Formats: sequence, structure tokens, C-alpha cells
Amino acid sequence: MHQPQRNSNRLATRRDTLRGALAAGAALPILSLHRATATPADMRAAIANVIGDVKLNVGRVKIEIPPLVENGNTVPCTVSVESPMTTEDYVKAIHVFNEKNPQPNVISARLGPRTGRASIATRIRLTDSQTVVAIGEMADGSFWSDSVSVIITLGACLENLI
Amino acid sequence: MASALINVPPKAKRGEIIAIKTLISHQMETGFRHSETGVPIPRDIVTHFVASYNGEEIFSAQLFPAIAANPFITFYTIATVSGTIEFKWTGDNGFVATEQAKIIVE
Repeated sequence: MHQPQRNSNRLATRRDTLRGALAAGAALPILSLHRATATPADMRAAIANVIGDVKLNVGRVKIEIPPLVENGNTVPCTVSVESPMTTEDYVKAIHVFNEKNPQPNVISARLGPRTGRASIATRIRLTDSQTVVAIGEMADGSFWSDSVSVIITLGACLENLI
Repeated sequence: MASALINVPPKAKRGEIIAIKTLISHQMETGFRHSETGVPIPRDIVTHFVASYNGEEIFSAQLFPAIAANPFITFYTIATVSGTIEFKWTGDNGFVATEQAKIIVE
């Protein structure tokens, strides 16, 4: 009498465990995906954070990234802004944003008339093929931008996530 | 200890625009990765970089996890007078590194 009951109990627990494991297995990747990437909306929010209500013009800025990148862990990136760099008319800052990394910000550099040439170069991480945006902040308060789309064959950041 | 590499031309003409290349050795752990056992690896990055020319700030940058390991930054400045250009990196977990380069302006 006792034997079958115990068996069914054991079966039930096993089923529950299996169900639990399946549910956890299904939920985990979704969770990590959500946490792993920003969205173009996040990038727009980050840009709005920097420029406020000012209109973002296109031009004067040039962002250079190789169009096809093998390794997203180190991607050379150069941003130049057209400006005479005088004491009245100069570039105050250069900001770079991405749309698919876990965080939309890449770098914010502060420049001044003493910089002479409004150009910076660095190496960045890109987790996936995406658009990268560079914004130049002028001394007169205007903002100018340029964007480039990059194809990444091996992304950064996520190699240990799964 | 972190080591830095700086490339500043030793001599320049007054008013010349010079390129300054800087590199600091740092792993730039993003804070978005997990170890093999699934434990999140805490963020450990260089967050700020400042360059000063004879004590006056000429360039600064705020860095984010999207900057590659061993942050490499190139920027420009106008050679005004002979002196010292100082570089300072600060980051998570009390990270501080400084380096300086001399320049002769003729």
C-alpha cells in the first residue's frame, strides 16, 4: 500500500524539478539578453542627456571606423570636427555613442581653444554590428553629428555571458 | 602597477599643433561579463583622463566600459612654451596613475 504512494510522490517531485529547470533554462537567456544590450532608444536618451533640447545638426563632424571589423574588442575610432579652434569659435567637447553595447556611452572628451585641432582617436569595444554616433559640441552651444555603421564579425563583452 | 606609454614630440616650434598619444595598461573590466560559474565580474575601468600643460588643463575625457582594454587616446594641443605635460588617469577601486613628458618649444 505504501509503496506505490511513495513512488507517485517521487514522480511528482521529479516532474516539478524538471519543470522548474526548464522554466529557469528558458528564462535565463532572455534575462541576460535584456541586460546585455542597449537599444537605439537608450542611445537617443543618452544623447538627449548631453545635448538637452538643442537641435542636433548633421555635418562638420567626421567619425572614422573601419566598415568591417573582425574583432569587436579593439576597434580603432577617430573623430574629427571642423573648427577654426580660435578663442571664440572652438569645439568644447566630442561625445561618442553606440546603440547596441550594454551602455550607450563610449567616451566624452573635453577640448578647448588650446587643443588646436579638434580630433581624437581611441580604441573602442563594439558588441555587435551597429551604428556609432559622434557628436561635436561647439562653443556657441550648437551640436553637430556624424554616424557610421560598422559590421562586427566577433563581438566584444559577451564572450563569457552564456 | 599600471604602466603608461606617452608619445609627445620632444621639440616643437612655438604655435605648432602637436599630436599626443597616450596609452595606459588597464584591463578595463566592463562589469557586464560573468565568470565561468555565472558570477558577475564587477566593473573595474579607468573613468577619467586629464592632460595638463604646465599645470593648465588642456584635455580631459570621461571613459566608459566601451573603451577597449589598455585605453589609447590621441589628441592634439598647441605647443606654447617649454615645460612639462602631465597625464593623470583615475578609475574604479581607487586607481590612479600619472605620467609626464617634457617638451622644448623654440
